[in-house]
Amino acid sequence: MSEQNSGKFLLTSIRDLDGRERDIRIAGGVITEISSGGELDGIQHEDEKVIECRGLQLLPGLVDLHTHLREPGREDAETIRSGSAAAAMGGFTAVHAMANTDPVADTAGVVEQVVRLGRDAGYCDVFAVGAVTQGLNGRELAELGAMAHSMANVRVFSDDGHCVFDSLVMRRALEYVKQFDGVIAQHAQDPRLTENAQMNEGKVSAKLGLAGWPAVAEEAIIARDVLLAEHVGARLHICHVSTAGSVEIIRWAKARGINVTAEVTPHHLLLTDDLVASYDPVFKVNPPLRTDVDVRALREALVDGTIDIVATDHAPHPKESKECEWSEAANGMIGLELALAVVQESIVKNKMASWRLVAQRMSISPARIGRIDDHGLELGVGIIANLTVVDERIERKVSEIKSVSKSSNNPYRDLILPGKVMHTFLHGNLVVHQGELVRPL
Amino acid sequence: MSDNATAMKKHLLSINDLTREDALLILDTADELARVSDAPIKKLPTLRGRTVVNLFYEDSTRTRISFEAAAKRLSADVINFSAKGSSVSKGESLKDTALTLQSMGADAVILRHGASGAAHRLAQWTNGVVINAGDGTHEHPTQALLDAFTIRKHLKRSSGNATGVGEDLSGLRISIVGDILHSRVARSNVLLLHLLGAKITLVAPPTLLPVGVEEWPVEICYDFNEAIEDCDAVMMLRLQLERMKSAFFPSAREYSRLFGLDRERLLHARKKPLILHPGPINRGLEISAESADAVESVILEQVANGVSVRMAVLYLLLGGAHE
Repeated sequence: MSEQNSGKFLLTSIRDLDGRERDIRIAGGVITEISSGGELDGIQHEDEKVIECRGLQLLPGLVDLHTHLREPGREDAETIRSGSAAAAMGGFTAVHAMANTDPVADTAGVVEQVVRLGRDAGYCDVFAVGAVTQGLNGRELAELGAMAHSMANVRVFSDDGHCVFDSLVMRRALEYVKQFDGVIAQHAQDPRLTENAQMNEGKVSAKLGLAGWPAVAEEAIIARDVLLAEHVGARLHICHVSTAGSVEIIRWAKARGINVTAEVTPHHLLLTDDLVASYDPVFKVNPPLRTDVDVRALREALVDGTIDIVATDHAPHPKESKECEWSEAANGMIGLELALAVVQESIVKNKMASWRLVAQRMSISPARIGRIDDHGLELGVGIIANLTVVDERIERKVSEIKSVSKSSNNPYRDLILPGKVMHTFLHGNLVVHQGELVRPL
Repeated sequence: MSDNATAMKKHLLSINDLTREDALLILDTADELARVSDAPIKKLPTLRGRTVVNLFYEDSTRTRISFEAAAKRLSADVINFSAKGSSVSKGESLKDTALTLQSMGADAVILRHGASGAAHRLAQWTNGVVINAGDGTHEHPTQALLDAFTIRKHLKRSSGNATGVGEDLSGLRISIVGDILHSRVARSNVLLLHLLGAKITLVAPPTLLPVGVEEWPVEICYDFNEAIEDCDAVMMLRLQLERMKSAFFPSAREYSRLFGLDRERLLHARKKPLILHPGPINRGLEISAESADAVESVILEQVANGVSVRMAVLYLLLGGAHE
């Protein structure tokens, strides 16, 4: 990963988060100089690569708090190498690999392996999420302390894919991780209310004859968990918030001073359950795509800060898991490579949000929630150069974009999306240049 | 007849694939083809040389036989492919099965499957015509067509028109009673009866109505006695026995008392309604033996009409319009 930090770069006339043009010099893995745009142009240092960035937007390297990299266990769907390369292509310099691998990341051994494989791949920093309970069984706590104190330095714990449904287990988990400033990231889903659930419960499910996943199954768990977090004074994070009702509960909890943060996925910001009418399982995801009303509420909540971050829930699946009947298909969609484009489409293009806000929601806040220091930093001399450069003017047909993920369950394939990640710097090294991996897979 | 057939959609996956004119064309064609079934030699040469596959992932002897008889009366070659259990447990995916059947030269695949949307998926993978013979809890379009055909024949005939040919169902009040939530028959019937102008009332406990039913073109009634007072036809739905275990209602007896069709309930009706049931019947549960066998009951006639309606569908979808 940072074995060399040898790159020397000069980015000229790049736009910062305040919309000012800057020249930025990178050397030894950090930013060494920042000037007004054009000032350093022509003052090239020895061995320095000059990258003309006029019209391009600089962002702190994106941080994903919710990524399924599938390794170990399902390397046919994704590997840490292919998934972290997809992350870099999407402008991410850090991802958190979810624990629902096979074996489950519920011991120090597995989380350390995940981090090591990420480091070997060298496309972005891979952090491990530890399971809350052993084997995601929802009953006995996993070795949370061992994972926290391991080389993987785990701070985020989640049974994602499963809800920590037992109230007592959830309470204990919230309390226990306080000792190392950890956070429980809850997949909020009442399992009884969602038995065999296939899609959002509402007028579309009624018509399609698919078993419904009611909003209340998410909202009831969030309501319980914010109260538990308040009671024990712990830190709670809500994964993939998908309903307008959940937003209201989180807004209430924050107003009350409860230490809760929340994420929304790109797909819940853009897609709705009408798409299910095709019965194409590329639109099958958990929690399911909801309605227009929910999409609007989620966008507003992301902008006003009720929802703190965007997290991809990148969920690769092999072709056969989607080329089947809806009810047989796996849940999940890929998202790393297009997350920024979807966010641009959802809240930037329509002027709901600025690039500064995008940086906050996709880099700075997720880094703080995950307690990682080298990412999500305000631009300044001396900071580690984890950076993303995006060209917001480009529009692309998604079907024509070549993906580096091993899976192709891409729900945006019929759309045209704005924005393209041009360059990604990881610890001062260029990993994506002109929209291509510097080191191909 | 076949001139109009070109305007119909290629597949019959949902009643939404049909316009009002398409639906009437199917019913009128069925009326004409019914005469074949009454003739001493029950066969037309229309689909000679065409191959129709009955692909059934669920047991449904009556629907399969009905389609088989329909195809054979039109001289098609029929292949019965019974793949009980889910595609996954069988080891071959639905897509691979579809491609296999296509290689064998199937002109039409009639699919019965436990997954909602299975027929839609199949139609995305195959060149042939796909006819949905029931997909999960989604739709069962030919059942709705035969129900409408049966209702029309009884309630829309007049002195000059013994079978109601050419008529739609406007002015009729029809109650659909029972497990609407899980019923593909109900979903197709709501769409079709509405398309044909009937007024529909759904009668069920709230637990067996889907969330979102407010958007349907129907009235909802929890009181069967009230609903039956003024209706022309009552369509009873089969109650799956596994619903008993999932807290949809307290007991079979209570369900039967509140939502079953027995002789006493029939006394509430001002005019004797036509009684329909897609079968198979749970006698004594959703319908009493007396009601099932009452003169108003057309349950067996529905079976006979099923063959004519399916002949019409095969005729219109395969009869020359498509290669």
